[in-house]
Amino acid sequence: MIDPKHIGRQLPPAIFEVEKGRLRFFAKATGETRSEYLEESAAHAAGYPSIPAPPTFVFAAELDAGTLFSLLDELQIPLSRILHGEQQFNYFAPVHAGDVLTVQSTITDIYTKRSGELEFVIKDSTVSNQHGQQVLGARSVIVIRNQSGSSS
Amino acid sequence: MNIPDWNAVNVGDALPTLTLPAITRTTLALFAGASGDHNPIHIDSDFAKAAGMPDVFAQGMLPMAYLARLLTNWVPQSRLRQFNVRFSAMTAIGTTLHCSGVVIEKLESGGERLAKLHLAVCDDHGTPKIKGEALVALA
Repeated sequence: MIDPKHIGRQLPPAIFEVEKGRLRFFAKATGETRSEYLEESAAHAAGYPSIPAPPTFVFAAELDAGTLFSLLDELQIPLSRILHGEQQFNYFAPVHAGDVLTVQSTITDIYTKRSGELEFVIKDSTVSNQHGQQVLGARSVIVIRNQSGSSS
Repeated sequence: MNIPDWNAVNVGDALPTLTLPAITRTTLALFAGASGDHNPIHIDSDFAKAAGMPDVFAQGMLPMAYLARLLTNWVPQSRLRQFNVRFSAMTAIGTTLHCSGVVIEKLESGGERLAKLHLAVCDDHGTPKIKGEALVALA
């Protein structure tokens, strides 16, 4: 069981530079072929200052920084037991190549279901850009399966 | 890209469906690198089997990224206000995913005319892998 003392805990901020090469790689990995997601000139023609970061791309910031995996490691929760339960994004301002984002996350809740068979960790994040403008809000629900060997 | 006209959009309208090529190990390897999700349960069959899974399975954020493409095929990304999903089933290798969306509500908020969409990613049998909702601002 995860100690509920971690509710309210702030995770280390993740600094993430939105790079054009990474955006092209993300486009390739998701089958995106529209030119504004690949080429700066096409992005300009579509009215963007540079290649836009697709709606779920910013999730990479904390993954790159290892924010969540470090926490799971500290709490001694093996990766093989975690599932992504829910993901929410609220969009306040656009994110483009060249932006430098800061992600600040807080563990806002921890609870169990089915007599502890499943544990839930809620992580709320705010993402701001290099101008100090909040661009995104996000919430992740992480599920920990405490019954080993279950493949459901 | 044109922004759909709020007056011309009706509750029940469906977005053009997006069908993806069947998921392969290469798909998962590329997405691991691009998304930053290096959890070996998605890319290393030995690790997945040792964890009691039949094989590797897709990162949850992969079908969510596909759903994002469904949305940005319909409206410019700058019109997206909210995007929420619940992951309901794992996606195995070989699965063909179909993304769909339907308008469930028209509303006005914060000086904008919005459409609320119900979203789903299903396999060939219609089994949902993720379900969600989005709010988009229309013209």
